[in-house]
Order: sequence, then structure tokens, then C-alpha cells
Amino acid sequence: MNITVKLFGILQEKRFNKLQTKYTEKTTILQVMDEIGIPQHVIGVIFVNGRYAFPDRELKEDDVLAFFPLLGGG
Amino acid sequence: MDKILRIHMSAKDAPQVTVETLGKYAGLGGRAMTSGVISSEVKPDCDPLGEGNKIVIAPGLLSGTAAATSGRLSIGCKSPLTGTIKESNSGGQAALTLARLGYAAIIIEGISSGSDLYRIVVTKDKVVVEDANEFKELTNYQLIDKVRNVYGKKVACISIGPAGERGLKASTIACTDPEMLPTRHAARGGVGAVLGSKGIKLIVLDGEGTSIRKPKYPYFFKKANKQFVEGLRRHPVTGYNLPKYGTNLLTNIVNEAGAYPTRNFQSGRFAGAEKICGEALAKLEESRGAKVTKGCHTGCVIQCSGNFNDKDGNFVTKQPEYETVWAHGGNCMIDDLDIIAKLDFMDDTLGLDTIEMGTAIGIAMEAGKLAFGDGEGALKLLDEVANDTPFGRILGNGAAATAEALGVTRVPVVKRQAMSAYDPRGMFGMGVTYATSTMGADHTAGSTYPSNLLMIGGFVDPLDTDDQIELSRLMQMASAAIDASGFCLMIAYAILDQTETYQAMIDLINSGCGMSNSSTEFLEIGKTILKEEKAFNDAAGFTRDDDRLPEFFYKEPLEPHGRVFEVSDLDLDQVHNW
Repeated sequence: MNITVKLFGILQEKRFNKLQTKYTEKTTILQVMDEIGIPQHVIGVIFVNGRYAFPDRELKEDDVLAFFPLLGGG
Repeated sequence: MDKILRIHMSAKDAPQVTVETLGKYAGLGGRAMTSGVISSEVKPDCDPLGEGNKIVIAPGLLSGTAAATSGRLSIGCKSPLTGTIKESNSGGQAALTLARLGYAAIIIEGISSGSDLYRIVVTKDKVVVEDANEFKELTNYQLIDKVRNVYGKKVACISIGPAGERGLKASTIACTDPEMLPTRHAARGGVGAVLGSKGIKLIVLDGEGTSIRKPKYPYFFKKANKQFVEGLRRHPVTGYNLPKYGTNLLTNIVNEAGAYPTRNFQSGRFAGAEKICGEALAKLEESRGAKVTKGCHTGCVIQCSGNFNDKDGNFVTKQPEYETVWAHGGNCMIDDLDIIAKLDFMDDTLGLDTIEMGTAIGIAMEAGKLAFGDGEGALKLLDEVANDTPFGRILGNGAAATAEALGVTRVPVVKRQAMSAYDPRGMFGMGVTYATSTMGADHTAGSTYPSNLLMIGGFVDPLDTDDQIELSRLMQMASAAIDASGFCLMIAYAILDQTETYQAMIDLINSGCGMSNSSTEFLEIGKTILKEEKAFNDAAGFTRDDDRLPEFFYKEPLEPHGRVFEVSDLDLDQVHNW
């Protein structure tokens, strides 16, 4: 299935900003994190299609997965 | 900090200067002082630009001490924009300098007779109020250039630009930063117009011969400050992300969450966000040799500011803040950081609120005066304000005035003050704060996005009506209490996440000022301030019907989530039901 993975802030460093890629059915967010090498402790927030998600969630066709470090501003 | 400087502008012959003891205002700082004086001395039904209004300038309780990141200044009055009580807050060097000069507040009252302009010069030994007519119509940057020649590079300045002199309702009061540039602003609510109505163009605070304020209990204070600084440096937001990327790091996450107001609040996502986000801004600044990390005042350990240079490496403005980049950028569909930086500079030098101006320009775009995305057109509109054209006057009176003049009905304001970079339909908690804040729509009055969006200090789903009232109320109390202390609101990330850092902050206030607040009593300070402000607004004629969002937020669903604002009126009314 087609999945878009986006990284933000410090997570972009030495990785990528945005990647369109294919995963097998029932791939979880945790499996994606392992594959691209993002340890859990550096992640502040995970979104799937702009809504909160947790690592055990299984992805679906055309999901947009976004990882943010712990961040602030405003 | 044991005295109050009172300047009466209507006195016969010349402004009258008196120095008073603190009296009933003893123990108050920042917003507790400004709202306390306004509540007690200003009639709620007075004309904001008339003789009855006063302007109060107060450093926080800990400003001028060694407490880290405590240099915030509170400016209070009745607002000409909202008609409510107002506290507008600024960084810069003014708070710590005023505190070290020994003043807990400057209160300016009465009204200027005629068109004369004055400057107030405060030194260790005296206070002088002098003619400032030579500065008439100078922009903030022009003014500070002249001040530097006369008073040197070490003074702190508080000033108004042409917008404040003209009584515009989006006018600010500028404060100089450590490089003595007028980049920090008490921006909201038209406070510049109130200072202008008193005939004050400039306040020079000369700290020569003064020293750092001593805490009441130095041993405990030093220990608490060490823990506090360690906590700020250890937290990933205050220790790393804010210094590296600045406040604009929020652009991407708010945009991804679908709560980024775009095209005058018509959509929750902006396709050009990646061109103007904090990551892009820091990279551009770095590539042009600009400083990407600097503090807005001496003693700040977070250092979330920076400088923005043009492509030839010349200074344009300070690093634009998240809300500025949104107001002039995403809200107007402008995806060019160079244009946004120029707009930021024009606002700063004319003395205008970037949020109010970006929203007013977005409304002009919706009315068809210019196209969404037209950056050059936006610059021309600010030129109209600079050149004092009739339409420039309308724009300079803010979003609500512009919408009325142009017949636009999608007007994102509460109590006539423009919302900022968080759409209430994508983040219900911020909608509660906008609706119920004593300030009109004001994100700093009770930011719910740490919990609604960033998972800092707990998690409240932004699109669920549950717990938003409690969250907004808690953040409104905490913000008011922090605004009284002099600490910058950016410390919130560390104190919400790390209980020992929260305790260190309380210990700093207690040991610095000889107080004995528990962590709950600290929040009570905020509650007392809110109650006082609400009572002022009630007496000024505001009712629960004013604590509502504009109709379109309840009727027009926001993409991508297709939601409207769903918190009920009944629930909104609970915020102030103590």
C-alpha cells in the first residue's frame, strides 16, 4: 500500500523531509519507525492524516504519517 | 522596586511628576500590577482615548533580578480596540531596567492638551518630562537612531511609532532589545494609541549606576535559579528546539493538524507552509549569515529569537515570530519569507500589531481589494498606513474596522480583537480561550496548544469537546500568574512537563520576593487577576453574549477535518463561574 511519511524539526536531520513509499498490508507505525531508524524517545507527536496516532496502529492505503519531535513555539 | 512613578499629563502648565510608595499595590508585579491599578483607578465606562483612561507600565515581580528569563514587561489600560481591560506584554530591556531603577510601575494619567509630544527620561537620580516635538511622526527605527546619538547605546526605550500618535487601534508600544533595536512590542489592543493620547512619544530608561536587584533570601534564590535554569536547558523544547528554530517551529505541526487558518480562515491547511515554516526560516537565516539564536532580553536562557537578513546579508528585521509568519504569510497565502520579513519590519517601525495587520490584510484580500498571495500588494497596503491615506487609517484600526468598511462578514475576531494562528474549529481549546479571555481573542491569555497539540502537560484531544473548558481555564490562570511574575510564557513547556522545574519557579518567586506560595496558591494569583479583569469588563457593559465566537465558526466546517466549533455556550459560560 502507498504511504507518505513526513518528518519535521530535528527528525529531518540526516534523514528526509517527505517520502512516498510502499508498505505491505497491516504494517504498523512502530514498524515504520524501526525501518527508518527513529527511536521512540525522540518523538513528541505522531499524526496519521492530521489526527493523533500511537505506535501500534496499523496503516491503511494512502495514509499520511507524520512524526514530530517534542516541540513548542507560538 | 519599592516606588511608583506617576505622571499627570493634564496638570496645569506642565506634566506633573510624583514618586509614591507602593501602598495598596505592594507585592504586585507585571499583570497583577497593571490590572490592579486599572481596576482600582480607571472607570470601566471611560473613553479609552480620553482623560479618564490611564496607562500602567510594570515589570514583573522578578524582573531585574538574576532569575532566568524574567524580563517581561506588562502594559495595562482600557483598550481602544476591544473596550475591555487590557494587559499587553513585551520582552526587551525595559522591564529589567525599570525594575533596577526601583520602580514597580509607571502610571501615566490625564490627557495631552494640544498636540505637543513629550519624552520621559528616567535615571537613577531623577525623572524629567521634556518636549519631544522634534520626534513627531518618526518611525520607531528612526526614533531609536536619534535616541542612540543622544542617550547612548545602553539605555532601554519604550516608544510609539506614527500609528500610536495617530490613535490607530492596532498600534503597539515598542521596547528595545539588547542590541537597542525596537523589535519587541506590547502589540495587542491598541496600547500605542493610549500612550499617544497622553502625548508620550518616548520613555528612556537609563540604568547607569544601578545594579542587579537582590533577592530577599539569596541562598534559596540561587539554589532555585540553578534548578530552574537546568530544567529549561534540559527540556527539548526550551533547551534545543526554541533556540534553534524559534517560535515558528509551530507552523508545520499546526498545519498538519489542520488547524492552520488559511485564506482568511477558509481552510485549515496551507500548501505553502513548508516554504515559511520554522525549519525553512532558520535555514534561510543561517545561509545569509544572520544570528539564528538570540535572547530578546538580558538574562534569557531560552533565546528563541534571531535576526533576518536580506540576500545581501543586510539586517531586515528580527526573526519573525510564528504568529507573524502566519498572519502575514499563511492567512494571506503569501509563501515568501522575504516579503513576510519586510512586512514584519514595517509593522515594527510604524508601531503596528502584526496579528491585527495580517488579519486586516486577509480581509482586504477576501473583499477583492487584492488577490490572496499578493505579497507586493500587501506591502503596498502597509505603505498606505505609513502614508496616512484614508484606507491606511481603516487598516490601521484593525481587522474588525477593515471588515466593516469593506462589507466582509467572515471576521475572525472576539471583542473586536483578531484571533491568531490557531483555528478554533481545528483546536477547540483555543476557541474557548478566544471566546472567554478578558482580553478579547488572545492566544497568549491561555494557550491550550501544548496539551491540545504538542502532548506537553497532558493530552486533551483538540477535536473533542470534553475537558476543553477546564484546560482553557487552567491555562488562563497559569498565564495570568506567569505574566505577574515577569517570566516569559515560553517557560511553560518546561514547567508543564517537569514538576521539579515548576517547583523551582515557585521557589524563585518565594525566595526572591519573600512569599510563601504553594504550587496551587501560585495559580490563585492568576485567578485573582482574572476575576478583577472580568469585573472591569462586566462594569464596562460586556455580558456572556460577548463571550462567543463569530457565527461562521459554528456554521462553516473547516477542512481537512470538516468540523465546526462544537463547544456549547453553556459550557463557555462555566469558564468564569468560579
